[in-house]
Amino acid sequence: MTMAAPDPVLTSAFDEVAALRRSPLERVLGFVRHEALGTIGVLIVAIVAIAGIGADWIAPYPPTANDFAAMTEAPSWAHLLGTDQFGRDQLSRIIFGARTALIVGLSTAALGGCGGLVLGVASAYFGGRLDLIVQRVLDVVMAFPLIIMAMAVVAVFGTGVQNVIIAITIPLIPRCARVVRSNALAIREVPYVDAARACGFGHLRIILRHMVPNVVAPFLIMLTAFVGQAILTEAGLSYLGLGVQEPVPAWGLMLQGGAEEYATTAPWIAVFPGLAIMLTVFGVNIFGDALRDVLDPRLRDR
Amino acid sequence: MYRYIVKRLLLVVPTLIGAAALVFFMMRLIPGDICMVRLGSGGTSFTEQALADCHREIGLDRPISVQFADFVWGFSHLDLGTSMWSGKPVIDEIAARFPISLEIAVLATVVAVIIAIPLGTISALRQNSWADLFVRTFAIAGIATPSFWLGIISLLAVLELTQILIGRPWMPSINYVPLWRDPIQNLSVVILPAVTVGYRYSAVVMRMTRSAMLEVLHEDYIRTARAKGLIHRVIINRHALKNAMLPVVTVIGIEFAFLIGGLVITEQVFNLNGVGRLLVQSVQNQDYTLTQGLVMLIVTIFVLTNLVIDVFYAWLDPRIRFA
Repeated sequence: MTMAAPDPVLTSAFDEVAALRRSPLERVLGFVRHEALGTIGVLIVAIVAIAGIGADWIAPYPPTANDFAAMTEAPSWAHLLGTDQFGRDQLSRIIFGARTALIVGLSTAALGGCGGLVLGVASAYFGGRLDLIVQRVLDVVMAFPLIIMAMAVVAVFGTGVQNVIIAITIPLIPRCARVVRSNALAIREVPYVDAARACGFGHLRIILRHMVPNVVAPFLIMLTAFVGQAILTEAGLSYLGLGVQEPVPAWGLMLQGGAEEYATTAPWIAVFPGLAIMLTVFGVNIFGDALRDVLDPRLRDR
Repeated sequence: MYRYIVKRLLLVVPTLIGAAALVFFMMRLIPGDICMVRLGSGGTSFTEQALADCHREIGLDRPISVQFADFVWGFSHLDLGTSMWSGKPVIDEIAARFPISLEIAVLATVVAVIIAIPLGTISALRQNSWADLFVRTFAIAGIATPSFWLGIISLLAVLELTQILIGRPWMPSINYVPLWRDPIQNLSVVILPAVTVGYRYSAVVMRMTRSAMLEVLHEDYIRTARAKGLIHRVIINRHALKNAMLPVVTVIGIEFAFLIGGLVITEQVFNLNGVGRLLVQSVQNQDYTLTQGLVMLIVTIFVLTNLVIDVFYAWLDPRIRFA
């Protein structure tokens, strides 16, 4: 007699219950075991965050220090990732670039997310004419591909970190509002919202206490996706010369100019900043996937 | 069904008018205008009179509402006016650059779909195996890689490889010739850009295929099909894949529209004279008519793609039609 295979649904339900009883350390270990990729993501995000916050102490050189005796120098002990065509240390610029990427990524995701959350929940809750108008306006903004909308905003306001943040936030708002609205629409029909209304609670209270908490899971998952998207868009804009401007160190900017010109003689100029972008966005994305698994167990097996 | 299509088509009109208004007024918010770019390009100072003459010549002295009405009316019967920079019709300017962008986009789509659907399916069928882990990592990396960087790196790789293989570095040409005139030259121009933008595309489609397949495989009718004793291949092809394709088709459509935007950067990397590069130039020159025409082209493609997806969806799933 062989044992029947355990029912996956039941097992995961038992896991849930067991998870509630575990100590924090056990929970962390459980996460590491279940989400191998997610753990790598957390590590990458942590490294980028430490680099960005502590750049002043970690980076071996100031990001703008030119060493004209060592221009386009190959990686060595003095310059671990080589130097660019102005003799600036690549490693230091990448470490400081992490700060720029984090500032742009986090602030656009937060601003775009909040804007989208307010619009999405309000649009779903009030419905009717407001919903119709908001949806049509969002349609218009969404009709522009992200990068093109961002380019247009930069053309109007000018370049620089602050304007890049505005430029990426604007196209993110409708994308967020869409997802939040469809989740909120489903929640509006749930009996406890009716119950709250029957109790005579105000709109604000119903929205904040009953609707917003229930769209938080998809919202957080979307935010991590936004961080990755924003970092990529910022890199693209900076590469086109429409984003962050010299001398601010930014990864996309490091790929502009020198990277192609010196491609054959100094390939490290092209390789390392791109690797930094890729690894960071990779880390953010797998972190987001793991977060989705944790917040929404229904999706765990997908 | 017809009612649904008509309803959906009517929604396209306000979106397009709104987009037209947005691009029209945004262009005019940019400090300076094409006359200043034109007159100031030699670095010389110019008189007020010269500026006014230039404005009159290209119709910028008219009231802004008249200019806008003119633009929308022209767009409604596909007359996009003449480029303020070159003086040629905008339609001709776009038509000259459109084939290369379209070919890259189509080729990228084909490459992406051919790679993504089988890999996504295998990944779902062998969930949590090594193959699955590989496909998932490959896919997430695809979403994380900036396409312009991939372009630079692939050019670098071609240079290095040809150096080793034929002894001298070789670069793909940047002169586009139509496919029917010289297929080899044509493909050597478009294949690298297509692969670079196609990687991200295939990654997105792969992830969607995998999750849609996993969802479908847990459905009761798959269990029924198994219980009936159907062959594995028939279950996968006829029962599972067919039903999993709905969201996958949506993603293919959405990403196709996204691709057109992505080409802006990729064409810059490969120095290709496509629509994306033209857009960057027209914005720099503040060529209002050309920018408006190009943006409206991109927006129209985007909106129509979404329309086609919605109609297709409604055709497949009657619940949407009657909602």
